[in-house]
Formats: sequence, structure tokens, C-alpha cells
Amino acid sequence: MHHHLILRIVSKFLIPPILLYALYVQFHGDFGPGGGFQAGVIFAAGFILYGIVYGVSHLRRVLPPALVRALAALGVLIYAGTGVVSMFLGFNYLDYAAFASDPAHASHGQHYGIIVIEFGVGLTVFAVMTAIFMAFASRAPEIKDTDW
Amino acid sequence: MSVILIDVALFSFLLLTAFAIVRLRNLFAVTMLTSVFSLLSAGLFVTLDAVDVAFTEAAVGAGISTVLLLGTLSLTPHDEKPATRSPLLPMLVVFITGAALIYGTMDMPAFGSADAPIHQHVGPDYIERYPHDIDMPNIVTGILGSYRGFDTLGETAVVFTAGIAVILLLHRSTLGRRRREDEEEDL
Repeated sequence: MHHHLILRIVSKFLIPPILLYALYVQFHGDFGPGGGFQAGVIFAAGFILYGIVYGVSHLRRVLPPALVRALAALGVLIYAGTGVVSMFLGFNYLDYAAFASDPAHASHGQHYGIIVIEFGVGLTVFAVMTAIFMAFASRAPEIKDTDW
Repeated sequence: MSVILIDVALFSFLLLTAFAIVRLRNLFAVTMLTSVFSLLSAGLFVTLDAVDVAFTEAAVGAGISTVLLLGTLSLTPHDEKPATRSPLLPMLVVFITGAALIYGTMDMPAFGSADAPIHQHVGPDYIERYPHDIDMPNIVTGILGSYRGFDTLGETAVVFTAGIAVILLLHRSTLGRRRREDEEEDL
């Protein structure tokens, strides 16, 4: 798809705002609609757009499959690990009140905990969506120019 | 009043899209219409004040699913084969199921009713304790992340497991061919 100049330039312009918006949804999820799941999907959409327009081989150079798989596992690990850390601090599993610096304001710890686990969710969803796309797309021949 | 108008418009478009999906044979057009269907559903969720659900529907239903369907489409022919069997039996099944579902809604509480069972269980408790326990502006994130933290952990694990399953299935079947083609190619 080398001579689709407009498509390539426009997607180059679109990808950074998509990624930025995903980060906004990720870290603003406790104030507005959104959260880790939606952010992960939007972040993956940015990379998938790149993969569609420039080809999966380019996408693989940006995101090696081994890294994607590691990120998927890391997300779950961050989430489950948060629970383990709260247990070590003497609280129940996944009781984020453990992270409050001042026990009188347990809700502060809840804020920290939720931001961390949402990050874990976002990481896993992003990695899994990208991995599924790569698994599907690498089975198909590159899209011919006539098919667009 | 305007909400009713929006609802009627959205539902009419949903119906039109559904009919178009059934009638069309071009799978590319059908894929795009399923995306439109998801986007219209997302609009309906917004009118129900379920913004988080609408967001998910728009991102997953209209976004990622469409891309995956398009990816699948590049592996298959672009046109649906004409049906050879009579559509009478499937039609009957669909009508009976639809009638049963509509009959089921007769027992449901009125939309927005405060006496609905869903608002009698843990909901009031969450809402009462939330300002003291968590107190974040988006109560949905707070409930899902903290009160229902185990559920969300389970969901994340499900997404992870699904991803691993797809990688295992699609990875293995292409491994032999890949290795011959390119040593570096992976996944």
C-alpha cells in the first residue's frame, strides 16, 4: 500500500491523538466515564490503525510479539500483585485502604489502589487486543491495493 | 419529549440496520453495518445515562470487533453464499424466541422505577458508604475497582486467558509455514 499517500499521512496525524486520548481515558477514568478497559481498547486501536495502513510487519517492528505477550501478563500481575501488597500491609486482599498514608483518610488509599489496578487492566486489554489483531492479520496476505 | 424522539430515531435506525444486514450479501457492507449497529446501541446507552457502558460499546463493538471482522474478511470470500434451505424454520425459532423475550419483559419493573429489585440489593449500601469509603467523582469506577475488585480481577484474567488462547491457536497453526518463510516472524 505504498502509494496511498493520503491514507498514510492522515493516519500519521491521527495516531498520536488516539494514543493521547487513550491515556486521558485511562487516567481520567476516576473523574469521567472510562477506565482501564476502554483506554486499553483505544490505545490498541491506535496501533491497529498503524498495522492496517503500514502492514503487520511494520507493527511487529514497533511492538515485538514477545513484548506484547509479556505486557498482557504484566497487566494481570500488576492487578493481582496490588492485592498481595495490600495483604503484606496487613489488610484484606485488594483492600486499597492499605495504601493510605494516614489511616484516618482510607479513601486516599482507595484512589491510589484504583489507579494502579486500572493501569493493570488497561495494559492487559491493550496487549490482548493487539495480539489478537496481529494473530489474525499475520495469517492474511497483505491487503492488495485493489481491495481498498 | 426530546428523549423519546431520540429513542424512536435510534430504534428505527437500529431496525433498518438489522434488516439491511439480513438482506445484504456483500460481507464488507455487512461488517460496516454491524459497526453502525454498535454505534447506534452506544447512542441508546447514552440516552439511558449509562455512559460507561456506551463508551465500552463504542470502543469494543464499533471499533475492535469491526477490525477483527475485517481481518477475518481478508481470509474469506467477500460475498455470502445464497441460502439453499428454506428460511421458514429459522424464522419460526426467531419469532418464538422474540415473543418469549417480550413476554418476559411484562414481569419486569417499569423503567427507572426505584422499587426495582436491582435497586434493593447492595446498591443502596454502596451509594450510602461510597462518600466515606472511596469518594471519587465517578462512582462506577469506584464500585467496579474497589467494592467489586475481585470481579474486575476475574474479568481481566478472562481477557488475558482469551488472548492466550487465540495466540496459542493461531500461532501454532502457522508456526511450520512461518519458520520456513522467515526465522524472525513470530506470533
